Amino acid sequence: MGSRSEDKIEDITKKISQSLQGLSIEISTKEEIVTVNVKPENLVEVAKKLKDMGFDHVKSVTAIDFPEQKELEVIYHVSSLGDLDLAKVIVTLKTRVTSDDPRIPSLVEIWPSSKYPEREEHEMLGLVFEGHPELERLLLPEDYEGPPPLRKEFKVRTEGIQG
Amino acid sequence: MSEERTMELLIGPQHPSSGHMRLYAEVDGDIVVRLKPNIGYVHRTVEKLAETKKYIQIIPLVERPSLADAANHNLGYVLALEKLLGIEAPPRAQYLRTILAEMNRIHSHFYGLGIHGIMLGSSTIFMWGFADREIMIEMAQRLTGARLTYSYIIPGGVRRDLPQGFEEEMEKALRYIERRLKDYGKLFLRNPVTRARLEGVGVLRKEDAIKLGIVGPNLRASGVPYDVRKVQPYCAYPELEFDVAVREEGDSMARVLVRVEEIRQSMRIIRQALKQIPDGPILSENYLKMIPPKWKEFMETKGRVKFPAIMANLRPPKGEAISRVEAARGELVYYIISDGTTSPYRFRMVTPSFRNVVLFEHLIRECRVADIPAIYGSMDYFPPEADR
Repeated sequence: MGSRSEDKIEDITKKISQSLQGLSIEISTKEEIVTVNVKPENLVEVAKKLKDMGFDHVKSVTAIDFPEQKELEVIYHVSSLGDLDLAKVIVTLKTRVTSDDPRIPSLVEIWPSSKYPEREEHEMLGLVFEGHPELERLLLPEDYEGPPPLRKEFKVRTEGIQG
Repeated sequence: MSEERTMELLIGPQHPSSGHMRLYAEVDGDIVVRLKPNIGYVHRTVEKLAETKKYIQIIPLVERPSLADAANHNLGYVLALEKLLGIEAPPRAQYLRTILAEMNRIHSHFYGLGIHGIMLGSSTIFMWGFADREIMIEMAQRLTGARLTYSYIIPGGVRRDLPQGFEEEMEKALRYIERRLKDYGKLFLRNPVTRARLEGVGVLRKEDAIKLGIVGPNLRASGVPYDVRKVQPYCAYPELEFDVAVREEGDSMARVLVRVEEIRQSMRIIRQALKQIPDGPILSENYLKMIPPKWKEFMETKGRVKFPAIMANLRPPKGEAISRVEAARGELVYYIISDGTTSPYRFRMVTPSFRNVVLFEHLIRECRVADIPAIYGSMDYFPPEADR
């Protein structure tokens, strides 16, 4: 810990906001997490800029269903393995699409490490990652029918002890 | 033409050797042209189930996918939850967490070594690995009361204090493991058969490892010194001395040797932690003050935590938290979205085996069919952990 690593994190966040000027809606920092909100149409460009800065891999792709707003939020957690200073920071790249037409450009070209997590979020939330080389079922059984299970409309049936 | 030459070979899903998954291999004679993993056979919907469970109930849920590494999975989740709740465990609890996490690393690496042994046809190493992981299972039982899924790490602390005589028992256990590692070297690691099967097989280049986002010993065996315990230290790691095991070769042998070196480093960490562990409470003051005096006395004499009633209905404020820990097989990431209720709104768990699944198609190609188990085993891939 110590103040030196905090200084470094501050430097990195400054660089991120300079390089993404005009492309992101909002940037905020909390400890080592830098949150970048972008519009879906700017996603690819922002991802390319982050990649050029040295953010070389995706830790996870997460999508969240917000049925009231009829929106899906897609979140890429991006960081670095090759540069151990950058590795202290995790960039949370967020964007939103409507849940009726959930299309979003795939980032596999930029970050090959997003291949499997994008596939997972495709089957679990019904997102369509355009340009993904292999957008197929991953974990669910081949004969599964019904809404994407991580959408809120899918209810888990429980067996209560009261019967 | 090529379609006539090649043939599709299905391996699994009936437990090909270390787990429930299927491999589609396209083979041309004895050469693997392409290989695709087909996973999901042990998917247990952890992320969806977590949305229906209270925060404290998620602890046993996240432990199950990775039996050999339950403590690290427990730890990562609790660290994310503590960030949401804004509490921190006292120093003694941090040390106890670190000790159990490193015990699990040793356990998991012996497990992986044993499985890899049987994949290569060495049943002795399988027996040895599974016998020697028992040492850490037994020690974990003394500390936590359970052999595998301990649910030991709770928000704000740990469930039990060190039992009497634990240090001496642990010293005996570590000396035994040290002796055994020499035997492993003679019988397995320096064995010409092992070396012929593993050296230069399944080479993962440094740039590819980074590009594909590989984690854990598989990454470090390709020359990338990324270890969460050093990059973003948590628990007692900032106060403990250890080296990150790194090798440059990137082949199957290097991945095995990195794990063996990590067993040695984990032993070093456990010894130091047991020596330096500070006195004090094992549960955060925020929760201690909620416990009635009678139970507090019980806690102090027995060294066991009585759960305050609030634990049943933890209600973190609205917000999100992300945590990362270095589990035995690599970096483990939790991401929790809270909407202020007693269950998470969205729960994301990205396990190291899921990060590493891409290695199947990347590493197992242009090699012989007999190399499939050699490379698979060297990845220490665990299907239940990947499928969640």
